[in-house]
Amino acid sequence: MTGIVSNAQVVISVVDLAKSFEDAEGNPVYVLDGVTFDVLRGETLVIMGGSGCGKSTLLNCLIGEYDINAGKIAYRTKGMDAAVNIAGMNERKLNGIRKRIGILFQSGALFNSLTVSENVALPLQEHSYVDRSIIDIVVTLKLQQVKMLGHRDKFPGQLSGGQKKRVGLARATALDPEILFYDEPSAGLDPVTSTAIDELMMDLSKKLQVTSVVVTHEMDSAFRIADRMIMLEHGRVLKLGRREEFEALRDAKPQELNTDTERLIHQFLTGANQGPLTDTDGMSEFEKLIVSG
Amino acid sequence: MGTRATGSAGSSGSRVRAAIAAVGDWAAAGLKQVGDRVRFVGGVSQLFNETSKWCFRGMFLPGHKVGWRSLVAQTVRVGVLAIPIVVIVQVFIGVILALQLAPTLERYGQMERIADVVGIAIFRELGPLITAIVLSGFAGASIAAELGAMVESEEIKALRAHALNPIRFLVIPRFLATVLMLTGLTVIADIVGVLGGFGTGVLVLGVSPSAYLSATREALVMKDFLTGLFKAGVFGVLISMIACYEGLTVTGGAVGVGRATTATVVKSIVALIATDAVFTAVFYVWEL
Ligand SMILES: Nc1ncnc2c1ncn2[C@@H]1O[C@H](COP(=O)(O)OP(=O)(O)O)[C@@H](O)[C@H]1O
Ligand SMILES: [Mg+2]
Repeated sequence: MTGIVSNAQVVISVVDLAKSFEDAEGNPVYVLDGVTFDVLRGETLVIMGGSGCGKSTLLNCLIGEYDINAGKIAYRTKGMDAAVNIAGMNERKLNGIRKRIGILFQSGALFNSLTVSENVALPLQEHSYVDRSIIDIVVTLKLQQVKMLGHRDKFPGQLSGGQKKRVGLARATALDPEILFYDEPSAGLDPVTSTAIDELMMDLSKKLQVTSVVVTHEMDSAFRIADRMIMLEHGRVLKLGRREEFEALRDAKPQELNTDTERLIHQFLTGANQGPLTDTDGMSEFEKLIVSG
Repeated sequence: MGTRATGSAGSSGSRVRAAIAAVGDWAAAGLKQVGDRVRFVGGVSQLFNETSKWCFRGMFLPGHKVGWRSLVAQTVRVGVLAIPIVVIVQVFIGVILALQLAPTLERYGQMERIADVVGIAIFRELGPLITAIVLSGFAGASIAAELGAMVESEEIKALRAHALNPIRFLVIPRFLATVLMLTGLTVIADIVGVLGGFGTGVLVLGVSPSAYLSATREALVMKDFLTGLFKAGVFGVLISMIACYEGLTVTGGAVGVGRATTATVVKSIVALIATDAVFTAVFYVWEL
């Protein structure tokens, strides 16, 4: 589907990933099951899917926050001779990889007791052995990059949602990561701010050659930033392909769609209210009558 | 007749079955509760173990220093702000003890013995215990709420994602601050409690100030003071560990945070009093 790629290009390789949570009775409920895909060096990979389909869970597995039930998550960052599987890895080794990646959480996840500049400085203070004055310069640069320098002495509580995300982005890039993860970067933002965040992301990926993995359900933003896209549905990969393939599916006329999968993706991308995603199983006879006209 | 007999046998059979099921449910619920308790104690012990490790590293290994700024901030929050409350509560405890004991002691004509009883009760028992209970509400609940909110806002996740250990960054300052301040507050509580008894004895019960003070001095020995302080330190460990554990394991949004604060106060008080009983028994046997 994506052609043959040499191993050197693969930064993260996910194979047969499964993750379950326990329900109230302690029985496992699988949120991800048999998820397989690669992330290529320098690309922007967008993970899409309806809410509750397991996007955030997948992201948490990728960054080593959740223990997984089965499968493999192999990282091959720069300077590594071979890929290493982070599943079941101990905290100390995992931290070695975590220093190479940056994450922008859905809410920004700033440390509320620290100022904006202290938030950005913290990873530098702890993980780089450079002088205080150099840290100050880096913090200034990073805040300038996200246009938040004027707010450097504010506390997170004094910032708007979009501003928090920008600072979160500055913090995520503080250690010049190779891979950046974003969880719903434009959720809850107005269109202008959301476009600004998208542009920032593209900027970072171009200027710093970062590999980006972006979880989102905002289609405009997804098509703007993606090189390749993954569509998740019920914890499985429904389709993985280049942006152009998804654009073709989005713009296709209904009669050009051949399979249920294609119809489902088309419906998701266009937000139409009729199609395989509009489930008629749980409806009463009356409701079915209304839907079918 | 036949049908009736079957009917009644059937209903008594189903009643027996219902009774067995009820006992089964009760036993299952009981087992689950026991399981929850065991998990709680295990979790808190594990947290304490990790905390001790990070304390040790902070003291002896380079590059693992405890953040002084956050330690000072926590000390102020946990301890300094609690001083007025501890003072008020302990003064009242001194007054109450003195007034409660007065009629009995008066009957034996030993009114100045009030100083002994108040002094020993406060130094050995009520100074540390009441201060710890005040602090479990004052500091424990707010630590649990704060850490719980940090879990909910993904701050803890963000720390880990930046390869920063939440125990080192968040638990250690709260742990050290609580242990230090509970010990310090107990010293204040001891003095203030005795003053409460002194005031009552002198102003209300007519004991002469010099007699009260010399009786106190004779009754109290160093070990009364030190066992009290030792208990206070242990109480500080209990409160901070329970609060941090409850906070860090919050699930379920704002409701979960509320549940964690309540659980912290309730579990702390039970743990404090149970531990106190064990200490008192051990000190009694060892004649400390
Ligand atoms: N910590 C958890 N415990 C139990 N169930 C969870 C947990 N996190 C997520 N889930 C469940 O897993 C499913 C996927 O959640 P999530 O990955 O957050 O979805 P998305 O980010 O795609 O909206 C949901 O049904 C959610 O209820
Ligand atoms: Mg999500």
